[in-house]
Amino acid sequence: MAKQFGIIFACLAVGELLAMIPWLNIPGSIWGMIVLTVLLEKKVVKPESVATTCKFLVSNMAFFFIPPGVALMYYFDLISREWLPIVAATFISMIIVLLVTGQLHQWMHRKYKQHSHKTITDGNGKDK
Amino acid sequence: MEKINEFLGSELAVLTLTVLVYWGACYIRRVSKLTLLNPMIITIGVLIAVLKMADIPYETYHDGTHLIEFWLKPAIVALGFPLYNELKHIKRQFFVIFITEFIGSAIGIISVVLIAKWFGASREVICSLAPKSVSTPIAIEISEQLGGIPALTSAIVVIVGLIGALMGMKMMDLGRVRGPISKSLSMGTAAHVLGTSRISEYGERYGAFATLGLILNGILTAFLAGPLVEVLL
Repeated sequence: MAKQFGIIFACLAVGELLAMIPWLNIPGSIWGMIVLTVLLEKKVVKPESVATTCKFLVSNMAFFFIPPGVALMYYFDLISREWLPIVAATFISMIIVLLVTGQLHQWMHRKYKQHSHKTITDGNGKDK
Repeated sequence: MEKINEFLGSELAVLTLTVLVYWGACYIRRVSKLTLLNPMIITIGVLIAVLKMADIPYETYHDGTHLIEFWLKPAIVALGFPLYNELKHIKRQFFVIFITEFIGSAIGIISVVLIAKWFGASREVICSLAPKSVSTPIAIEISEQLGGIPALTSAIVVIVGLIGALMGMKMMDLGRVRGPISKSLSMGTAAHVLGTSRISEYGERYGAFATLGLILNGILTAFLAGPLVEVLL
């Protein structure tokens, strides 16, 4: 367990340091995720040395953002003032993303079909 | 009485309350099997009601729960594990998927920012909306960095996810998105974790591609949101 948490915290620490470099200015935790992926990909870290802890953290993610969610109690005024742009923008943009991403991938997938080997079958939820 | 009040504001009391309410909410979700009864929304609603009724300020609650919030960042790092697992399988398709995600992510940010601006939203609200398609922990981090309101972002993200989970499949049928991989990717991209769990009902590989969509969109949004918001506002 200590090893697993050690690896994850170390990735996060490196990520936070990377985020301090001005032109790498994205959240440190995202850098941490990229660092972990690269370490696994390059076989520096073995998948089984982080598997259990990663699965635990990922499957309980919803719980961790309850405290920042509760802060919503401060913003009821703001929401009642600006509910229309919030609702309209959210709803329309969500449909656009859903359809554009789907259509685009469908089109590109057909175009580059010869390159793709692994695929999933259409139908009633049976996968290959 | 003094001592009881002190206890009620303590880390232990606040943590216990949060865990128990969340447990109850998960139980309700499991028994009812309704996507709409999202455990996170229920928990946040119940906790806000309890804090308001007991007249406990958010600061007191926050002091007690920073222990929970801390785990958000390691949890994002942990997403590197499923990402690695998926990348192993899709080496040959990576190019197509990456381009799709890049454009999907950019369009998500551009559309939400422009529509919100057009409807006259304030800068803080627009910044809170920009990362609306990505999973909550990532969205919170991006929102904070842009100068948005993380709490508002987390509420919007969950609502987006619920709309996606409830209506996404129908919308894609209407929009003629038919390929199973295309459907999975766009559910993960547009409706993050909630969309992913909905489409996972069709099979494990669906869930895997949706997970890939959600993680890649999270990373790309982190890179694109800052510059795009800067240009569009």
